[in-house]
Amino acid sequence: MLVHSRAGRWATWAGFLLLFVPLFAVPLLVIVAASFSTNWSGVFPSGPTVANYGAAVRGESLQALTTSLVTAVAASVFALLFGSWAALAAAALRKRGKRALDALFMLPVAVPSVVVGLAVLVAFSRPPFLLNGTPWIVVLAHTVLVTAFAHQSVSAAIVRLDPVYEQAAASLGARPAYVLWRVRLPLLLPSLNAAAGLCFALSMGELSATMMLYPPDWMPLPVQIFTATDRGSLFTGSAVAVVLMGTTLLVLLAVSRLRTRASFR
Amino acid sequence: MNSGIRFDAVSVAYGGNVVLDSLDLTVEPGEVMALLGPSGSGKTTALRAVAGFVRPVSGRVFLGGRDVTELPPYRRGIGMVVQQYALFPHLKVAENVAFGLKAQKAVPRAEIPGRVAEALDMTGMAAYAGRYPRELSGGQQQRVAIARALAIRPSVLLLDEPLSALDAQLRSGMLAELARLHRELPDVSMLYVTHDQVEALTLADRIAVMDKARLQDCGTPQELYRRPRNEFTASFVGNANLLPVEVRTGGGVRFGEAVLKVDTGDAAAGSAATLCVRPHLVGLGEGPNALRGTIREVQWRGSTHRLYVEVDGRPVKADVRELRETPVLGAPVTLHFASQDAVLLGAGVGSGG
Repeated sequence: MLVHSRAGRWATWAGFLLLFVPLFAVPLLVIVAASFSTNWSGVFPSGPTVANYGAAVRGESLQALTTSLVTAVAASVFALLFGSWAALAAAALRKRGKRALDALFMLPVAVPSVVVGLAVLVAFSRPPFLLNGTPWIVVLAHTVLVTAFAHQSVSAAIVRLDPVYEQAAASLGARPAYVLWRVRLPLLLPSLNAAAGLCFALSMGELSATMMLYPPDWMPLPVQIFTATDRGSLFTGSAVAVVLMGTTLLVLLAVSRLRTRASFR
Repeated sequence: MNSGIRFDAVSVAYGGNVVLDSLDLTVEPGEVMALLGPSGSGKTTALRAVAGFVRPVSGRVFLGGRDVTELPPYRRGIGMVVQQYALFPHLKVAENVAFGLKAQKAVPRAEIPGRVAEALDMTGMAAYAGRYPRELSGGQQQRVAIARALAIRPSVLLLDEPLSALDAQLRSGMLAELARLHRELPDVSMLYVTHDQVEALTLADRIAVMDKARLQDCGTPQELYRRPRNEFTASFVGNANLLPVEVRTGGGVRFGEAVLKVDTGDAAAGSAATLCVRPHLVGLGEGPNALRGTIREVQWRGSTHRLYVEVDGRPVKADVRELRETPVLGAPVTLHFASQDAVLLGAGVGSGG
């Protein structure tokens, strides 16, 4: 323990809470409070109601929620697939090739996501790659954005993976593909799982690139929240935001439960 | 099946750094060959060249008469046991042992459980088939690793410091186990890499002593212990007093003031040489080949006393049976040894072998 005296410890805790609560907890609580009210003109909101939730889980909001879920799941699956593949391929490369591949995958994160959104829109608005106007363009943009995190997390795990397992498997007569499927991937599973959770959460909250290219019949939830609050329906928007937050956390919780079962050490 | 390993002038280098220098060595079918040497001597590299994890820059590796130098590891049909066990943590013990059989697809599926049980029985781990490796102790994990390597019935078993991660008591137990396995599997050649001379002396049919990327000496444990060919072997296989001596005309050698009667063979008179005498063959008191000196250090080791005696400015070690009275430091003392217990080595490492 860094601080020994009892008073010092209390002071540290107080300082921590003073910083942490206003920065992280209060804004989220405000959203929750707003979602249950009809009016907020004083210090506290007034006119308690649950009507906002009625609107938030019906009609176009519900459709936006499924849109978001489908997009996030699809983007996470693609990101994991491409990211792990690239990470496994990079692990077999020399230092320079590895660095080049890393840079390539980090590019969409380094570039502002609005630019990524616009770039994807322009690139795929014309045959032969005409995706504009279809849900696929949203999935594609999200995949491009989140693959970086999948790649990063899986390549970090590959570096940590002790080569003795692969070598033991090879000495027992296992071909490289068998070693990959039966030894390396199972040992990487905890990291793949963590990467999946991260990708899903990022995709669920993606707004700026989505704004650039979403087709009218494929509006993810963050866009719905943005348009609702932009129209002035602050409290309905808050309720939708709480639904988004709750759904994401629920899925992450489920994923993390999977993770504890998948980790073997 | 014809087994055995042959190194034919195998050299391995990492970026211009030679870690194995032109190794010539043959392990006969059914033989246990220990590669003994300090760390960095190239012994593990030699083993990895057999396994296929390093590619020699020159030379060939043969397994059972077949040139495997260009073959990938998975096509060599070897069993390997490493220091860190390397059991697959996500598989149960039985699945670990079955891994090689399933991967090779050489055995019908229905026969796999029988083969797994047989391998686990052989190492006394049958009761743990349903456990995960993390639920086992280090010694148990190493037994499972050995069972896993044996399940594919390899003709060659490579053991890379398999006992180094175990504590001393467990190690001697496992050593007896390995000796028993060797008796039960008389056709399997074993290449046993170790830095521990006791393991090598106990287990090996022959020992190859390695140092500085080169093979220094090779022979049966008795040969290397009783008749080492150079200073490195003498000091690495067992304990040794290495005394700088000068060969006299008419036989015998001169060590400082003392004249010692030993077999000089065909060594030229007047040349410098090294006399190797094992400390436990040095006796206290007057006798043939007497050395007079003063006691500098005494270590009590329970059943023996180790005396460090300074003779002509040179330390001489003597292991004598426990003395009733501990000798006093600085006291004059006389040591002796029998002529046939001394071996004359050529001066300098390497010139004798």
